[in-house]
Amino acid sequence: MKGEKYRQGLVISTIKDGTVIDHITGGEALNVLRIIGITGTTQEMVSIATNVKSTVMGKKDVVKIGNRELSREQVDRIALIAPRATINIVRDYDVVEKKGVSVPDTIIGIVRCPNPCCITNAGEPIQTRFVMEPRGLVCSYCDWVLSCDITSHFL
Amino acid sequence: MVKHIISTRDLERDAIDTLLDKAITISKKWPDNRPLQGKILGLLFFEPSTRTRMSFESAMLRLGGTCLNLGGPEVSSVSKGETLADTIRVVNGYVDALVLRHPRIGAAQMACEFSRVPVINGGDGSGQHPSQTLIDLFTIRESMPLDDIQVGMIGDLNYGRTTHSLAYALAKYEATIHTVTPDGLGFPRSVIDNLADMNLQIIQHQTIEEIVDELDVLYVTRIQRERFPDVASYLHVASGYRIFPELFDNVTKNLIILHPLPRLDEIDPGVDSLPYAKYFRQSDNGIPVRMAMLTDVLG
Repeated sequence: MKGEKYRQGLVISTIKDGTVIDHITGGEALNVLRIIGITGTTQEMVSIATNVKSTVMGKKDVVKIGNRELSREQVDRIALIAPRATINIVRDYDVVEKKGVSVPDTIIGIVRCPNPCCITNAGEPIQTRFVMEPRGLVCSYCDWVLSCDITSHFL
Repeated sequence: MVKHIISTRDLERDAIDTLLDKAITISKKWPDNRPLQGKILGLLFFEPSTRTRMSFESAMLRLGGTCLNLGGPEVSSVSKGETLADTIRVVNGYVDALVLRHPRIGAAQMACEFSRVPVINGGDGSGQHPSQTLIDLFTIRESMPLDDIQVGMIGDLNYGRTTHSLAYALAKYEATIHTVTPDGLGFPRSVIDNLADMNLQIIQHQTIEEIVDELDVLYVTRIQRERFPDVASYLHVASGYRIFPELFDNVTKNLIILHPLPRLDEIDPGVDSLPYAKYFRQSDNGIPVRMAMLTDVLG
């Protein structure tokens, strides 16, 4: 429907320079912003669309960040909660680079260990460290396996 | 490169065998040349300990070295809120190696990341206790080869760090583990998954009577009172996991009974005089094994 397309176009405006993160798992856009360090106090111009209709995913989220290009590490972090996300780098309204995400082997300082007895929850000057295994994220210090609800454990 | 001993999961079988061989050599003849003379071992125990602390100290003294004891946390800067990481960095300036016992899982792993000197894990919460495992293996090896044995574990396998370390080590010798535990005190999920990755077979049983005749080793652990809401429920559960002499009436195999100690009520004193009981021998073995560990990291 023409009206539907028009309304979506209004929601997700174009950007001149920056990054478009597309195909984010529906409802995860705010978590994506959190793990790449964009908060209400940072300066980036950010557009967010959540639960947008997607022919491939059913529904998806889209985030556009003006005047900022994400690093490889930031892109990989996104994979933890949005493994199908695609990253488009935009310069002067053109997509100059398109990349998928891949889950890093080791996730450092991003996720809190749920185990209250883990040394990483004792106020020590260390970053949490998880290794990605088929069964989930495994804490390098206490072996706790984090296999679901990862977003609620983001630092 | 600094050598640490943190986890039996990380120790290669060859490294374990080498340490056990060294311990056997030491047990046959104490070194008379004081190989660690001039070396200082730091003892950082943030939890109570009798055997681990005293036997490491005794082992170090027998090797000609000396020990520096942190004392209880209440008499050190820990009581002022100093982090473990800072304590490790500071103590590094005073000692040549250190043994750490700490209530947090992963404390030893973290310590070795901050330490310039070797760290030996003397027990990290309900994580691991590798030096106890080497003593367990040493004691088993006095009676039988380590390969392909049937090991029963009874008691608290959830919080019992000695059982986690021992299971990881036994996986390298293709053992089979038979478990008898109260509800909720079986191996943690993470340990089960890790052991599965290592192809260790674990068979659960309802009672020890089901399996005792098949075992080469029965490893008994303490069921900790603090895990239960009240004394009555503790006693109710613990009584079902107590070992009596009659349990062994029909045992024909060359069974040995081990316990990392201290024990409470889980082994009836009548078992002590049975030929299968090796837990005090196991405790004695702490000296040669820890001497071997110290010479390994400081030699």
